[in-house]
Amino acid sequence: MAHKLLGQDFLPHDVVAKVTGEAKYAEDFRAEGMVFARLLSSPYPHARVRSIDASEALAMPGVVGILTPDDVKNPKAPDIPLLTLEPGYVGAPILLIAAEDETTAQDAIDKVRIDYEPLPFHVDPLASMHPDHPDARTDGNVGAAGVEFQKLKWTKEDFDNANGKMPMGKAAQEWTYGDLDATFARCKLVLDETFVHASNSHHSMEPRTAMAYWQNGKCILHVSSQSQSFIHPALAGMIGIPPTDLMLVAEYCGGGFGSKGGAYPLQALPALFSKKINRPVMMRISRAEEYYNGSARLGFQGQVKLGFAEDGKLLAADLYVIQENGACQSFFDFRNAADALSILYQPEAMRWRGLPVYANSPIRSAQRGPGYNQMAHIMEPLLDKAARELKVDRLAIRLKNVGGLNAPFGAQRNTVSSCYLKDALEKGAQQFGWAERVARSGQRNGSKVTAVAVGQAYHPAGFNGFDGLLRILPTGKVHIHTGVGNLGTFSHSSTSRIAAEVLKLNWDDVVIERGDSRRHLPWNIGQFGSNTNFTMARTNYVAAMDALTKLKEIAAKRFGGTPESYDVDGKRVFRRGGGPGMTYGEAAQQAIKLGGKYDGHELPKDINPMTQVSATAISGTGLVGVAKDTLPMKGAPAAFAAAFIEIELDLETGKHVIIDYLGVADCGTVIHPAGLETQIKSGAVQGFGVASSERIVYDPQNGLPASVGFYQAKPPTYGDVAHRFRTSAVDLPDPSSPLGTKGIGEPLLGCAASVLLCALSEAVGGHAFNRTPVVPDMILNHLAGRAPSHGPLQVNCQ
Amino acid sequence: MGEAGTSAELEARRVSRREFIKRVIASGAVASSASFVMGGLTACSSRPASVAGSVERLVSINVNGQLRRVDVLPQETLAMTLRYKLGLTGTKLGCDRAECGACTVMIEGTTYYSCSTLTHTVRNRKVVTVEGLRGPNGELHPVQQAFVDELGPQCGFCTPGQVVAAVALLQKNPKPTREEARHAMSGNLCRCGAYDNYLNAIMRAAGSTEIHHGA
Repeated sequence: MAHKLLGQDFLPHDVVAKVTGEAKYAEDFRAEGMVFARLLSSPYPHARVRSIDASEALAMPGVVGILTPDDVKNPKAPDIPLLTLEPGYVGAPILLIAAEDETTAQDAIDKVRIDYEPLPFHVDPLASMHPDHPDARTDGNVGAAGVEFQKLKWTKEDFDNANGKMPMGKAAQEWTYGDLDATFARCKLVLDETFVHASNSHHSMEPRTAMAYWQNGKCILHVSSQSQSFIHPALAGMIGIPPTDLMLVAEYCGGGFGSKGGAYPLQALPALFSKKINRPVMMRISRAEEYYNGSARLGFQGQVKLGFAEDGKLLAADLYVIQENGACQSFFDFRNAADALSILYQPEAMRWRGLPVYANSPIRSAQRGPGYNQMAHIMEPLLDKAARELKVDRLAIRLKNVGGLNAPFGAQRNTVSSCYLKDALEKGAQQFGWAERVARSGQRNGSKVTAVAVGQAYHPAGFNGFDGLLRILPTGKVHIHTGVGNLGTFSHSSTSRIAAEVLKLNWDDVVIERGDSRRHLPWNIGQFGSNTNFTMARTNYVAAMDALTKLKEIAAKRFGGTPESYDVDGKRVFRRGGGPGMTYGEAAQQAIKLGGKYDGHELPKDINPMTQVSATAISGTGLVGVAKDTLPMKGAPAAFAAAFIEIELDLETGKHVIIDYLGVADCGTVIHPAGLETQIKSGAVQGFGVASSERIVYDPQNGLPASVGFYQAKPPTYGDVAHRFRTSAVDLPDPSSPLGTKGIGEPLLGCAASVLLCALSEAVGGHAFNRTPVVPDMILNHLAGRAPSHGPLQVNCQ
Repeated sequence: MGEAGTSAELEARRVSRREFIKRVIASGAVASSASFVMGGLTACSSRPASVAGSVERLVSINVNGQLRRVDVLPQETLAMTLRYKLGLTGTKLGCDRAECGACTVMIEGTTYYSCSTLTHTVRNRKVVTVEGLRGPNGELHPVQQAFVDELGPQCGFCTPGQVVAAVALLQKNPKPTREEARHAMSGNLCRCGAYDNYLNAIMRAAGSTEIHHGA
């Protein structure tokens, strides 16, 4: 189907403000009488606060007030507390002090005397399962969403009987499908490997600063959030007010990558403090504090047993994943990992066991491809290892295992809405020139060796059930209200183009309302999980279809005939065959006259209360299109990506250079080609970091973090970019999406990290390191025949 | 960061990181030894600071072509002066310790991390921030326009610093190779990973054909 807007490039409305400095982030706002709050954070990995003496601090000139754990209502453990008397990681916020200026606030923090009782701690989830080892929390050591918060220890025998594998005691959760033992028995090749995936920080460029003040009983709150409507109810709950009393401003967000997807305590603290002292409060967060509280990807320790047929088909898989939660409730990467293995390689029989363990390390949260990507990063080099042993081409083994259009996955054998990964691999192989270039892999040039590799990744790509809201004004302009956040993907605009496409609008006639709850935004999901291009395509589609129906009904009321006999052209609604019509603006005027459902005075019963409030606020201003997405779903939306790479590794330094990279997206119909290209490349850059430099490091003796700066945590720089950087897309429609679109953000990181890990392995003769990141000293140790500087299951280390 | 100054005089006036820290300590403003405090942060309001010896002095700075007179503390950084006293919030603070480049400004045509530049060291000097790049009629600077055309920014937080660094690069080297641009820009981090888009934008602004798109 030919589209007017979809598949065309456009200039998102927020780009110019970003290059001129006019875009305002949370720290760019000021309020009359604003004071500055500073955090007092735990210097211990685990401690109990016995007493706090802030008298000297509060007596200092310029100090305005203090916010302590007594002033806040903490959620039930193990959720992240707002302020705590039992900090579980270095940097956990204990209290805040506000002063007229920030220096005074910090000086006052230094005058607070706290009596701490240090408590036992650990930064190694696997080791902590030993009965003689301490736990990270005093109230339980295992838990996650979907897993009861509990105390679970393994036996000494579990450790003694490991036989070189990871010790594998009782799991917190597991599933199986197929006959595992019988399937392994008929395998030609069995690999049984331990692995570690490092935890790495999100390191958003904008620290999670927030500013709040109150007016007429309502809280105006400026935050750094990758979501808008989605966090609103939860954040209002943290502040203890109804959502309608919270004016939430999140027009720009300086990076989140999953760490700012949901509401988080540092957003609520300035609001609570401001209420207490009756002054606007700016709480700036330093880079080190961002490393403490800005969260990180969940690290993995694990064991995976893989059984292959002679032709490279994966027949059986047995996976055990221990995930590092950090000190508080985090995410369920350990469960997602199993789905990724199942969906990407389609084993006939599979068992998954998972164990989410708390540790005295920073808060963790979803990071671009939570669990799904970690699994790809571990599995892809192992697939290459199997290919080498079975003498199968590395592209061929992927094509042998790739799922079909409606690939099943997991224990429930659900199916995906569409999988075009095979197309992505084949298209990429052709564009990259796989057949010719793989022959060059392994060639030496002085100290440098060329390596060519292929990689892939998967992530779910959408949800359903949210609301769409738009209005056509008497001026003819169409305002599309979107509660999605601004993560920098421009999908607030690209998904609004779905509504514009349905109404055949010229893009110049569209105004996007977003970024501030006072702009009357509908209930939308947050901008995370590669979902926006699917979920928001559906909400904008149903809202536009509602508006389209109303346009036709209004025209039929005016000119006679049935609504079905009318059509639209983007400016007018008219009777087919040269009959009468009216402009969208005139129809909007008619809608206001007619009232009722046409101008938003009568609303659908099934929309969310937030959408009810927003639609009511704009009622009477034009023709209101509003609806909940109740469109059918045919399978789980799924995004896939394939990647091809050529690197040069210097065998004397262990340093690599990326000569050529090609990323190929299976994102359904492409909405915004330039935006997609941007995502393929930048997701790849993040993947390069995960594969080869990023990790958090802890001193195991004292529980102190050693990666609290960019130079220590090592996100990629200009120097890590591929010299030749290419992008492509399958561009085939997803049948569950009204216009064929689905998300893509996350597997674009996963395929890149995977392919770089595969290439590093290829460059050293096929050795699978079985961990991320693969750093130069690991490469040099391997090449020199030395043992690695870390144990096979050691975490939070180099 | 960036290229060395164009004259020996400029280089001589440049403050090393060690010297910067020494001066902040001398001002009596450095906080405790704990690594997670924001040591040396300056007052963020116009009220007199409480720290002994921290007396504001009136200085004159040429900011974006205008002479600005502003009271500054001895330990105050240029980023804080720009953001909290002169209302120029386009200059961002990403790390506040000379790692990320979000606060990049030009001083006499050379890029500096304004988070690690003391304001009193730029008295009577010419400072250009991202707000000073537009033309007299509000038109975008050619580098800004190229950043727009190449869809450079994602989250946008590092973008002002990237734009200023790119303008400074092209003033010194109007026709860089892509590799030279990559090297020159390497003091500016972008966590979104939009480096290739930024390089495309710089090459476009330089009139080069070394622009990468598609497969």
